[in-house]
Amino acid sequence: MNILFSFFAVLIIILAVIIGVETAQLEFLFGVIIPYAAIATFILGIIYRILKWAKSPVPFRIPTVTGQEKSLSWIKSNKLDSPNSTLGVIGRMALEVLLFRSLFRNTKTQLKDGPALVYGSSKYLWLGALVFHWSFLIIVLRHFRYFAEPIPSFVIFLQNYDGLFQIGLPILYVTDVLILAALTFLFLRRITDPKLKYISLSSDYFPLFLIISIAVTGILMRYFAKVDIVSVKELAIGLFSFNPVIPNGIGIMFYIHLFLVSVLIAYFPFSKLLHMPGVFLSPTRNLANNSRMKRHINPWNKPVRIHTYEEYEDEFRDKMKAAGIPVEKE
Amino acid sequence: MYDSGKILIGIIVFLILFTSPTWYDLVFGTPATKPNLVLPNKADQKECVMTTEYMRDNHMELLNIWRDDAVRKGDRIFTTASGKEFEMSLTKTCLNCHSNKAEFCDQCHNYLGVSPYCWDCHVDPKTVEIK
Repeated sequence: MNILFSFFAVLIIILAVIIGVETAQLEFLFGVIIPYAAIATFILGIIYRILKWAKSPVPFRIPTVTGQEKSLSWIKSNKLDSPNSTLGVIGRMALEVLLFRSLFRNTKTQLKDGPALVYGSSKYLWLGALVFHWSFLIIVLRHFRYFAEPIPSFVIFLQNYDGLFQIGLPILYVTDVLILAALTFLFLRRITDPKLKYISLSSDYFPLFLIISIAVTGILMRYFAKVDIVSVKELAIGLFSFNPVIPNGIGIMFYIHLFLVSVLIAYFPFSKLLHMPGVFLSPTRNLANNSRMKRHINPWNKPVRIHTYEEYEDEFRDKMKAAGIPVEKE
Repeated sequence: MYDSGKILIGIIVFLILFTSPTWYDLVFGTPATKPNLVLPNKADQKECVMTTEYMRDNHMELLNIWRDDAVRKGDRIFTTASGKEFEMSLTKTCLNCHSNKAEFCDQCHNYLGVSPYCWDCHVDPKTVEIK
């Protein structure tokens, strides 16, 4: 049900752009207005989300740690898994953001004959996620050949190494193969494990299908259903320099690709994809574990009237002495 | 809002990264470099081996097929749809009409950051002095 809903949602998106561009000649709508609207939604939406998160107070240190906290000098502490300084937090966050370290710790529980409950490491999700995210990043960066003129040298560098094997012409990019493989795995993972299938929602399948169709249309454009990429670059540069132009005869596949990307980035601030900015604002990752070194005071604590023992003794010293109770100060 | 300094830095970094194509085009942009092809002007050769549309989209695939046919199968003759015969040769056939690499091939290739490895082996006869 969830799968079909997401599948048809993506299908309708694709059909909408085919009808819109092929039949209704709405190139300007799909090539200029919708991309601008999507970019505006993306930027404003993400800023709104970040500001909303920033309004939530985090008065105490709540890092989830997986290492020895810094305590006595002769106990070896783990500076990355239980960081107590900003530098340690930066290191921990970098490993989390770049290498998905917490996914690397994934475990799985299995009931085996015996019966015995067996816990084992499970690295496939980590590997699939890492391959997908890095391929996606490299593919997005490679697109700067359409966004920028002159083309920055890092794009040429990425292209050369991505096409290192020089398979076919146009040269096959390794990331194209890897992203499809990773996305296929991430999808199969959801539908083959009954437990995972049970908890998977439309909002899990929809971005997956959306990104799969973006990758597939991109690959189709490069290798099979060619489009006029000189015009594509003209359109892209026009968009980014606020001088929108719609060159003639780009090819429908490009408009499908562009509309799917527009939907993806407009959908971004309302979806699970927000983990992109969210990972940086996770209190369980971005706080130093220094509760025992530094006192963190809850900012909305009401002032509490306290009566210390010293004050108590001052008040009742005479009576205490008379009753024979020992006092600290004579 | 808490940690407003850090949040602000984060938002600024986000904005700069995600609008970088606009900044880049503003700072370094050279919009006048759109491809400007100089088409061959040869009286005796009016027709290319394939249609213009096909060549624009698929010339690299055709060249790859030519390479395989010529180098691996020894088949050097290409017959067009209209029955004309051409020798499968980048230097002798393609560059014979499209004689100026810089004003034809390189125009689109440079504009789109394509670095074809044709020229790892082939030479542009114009740029090499024959002794």
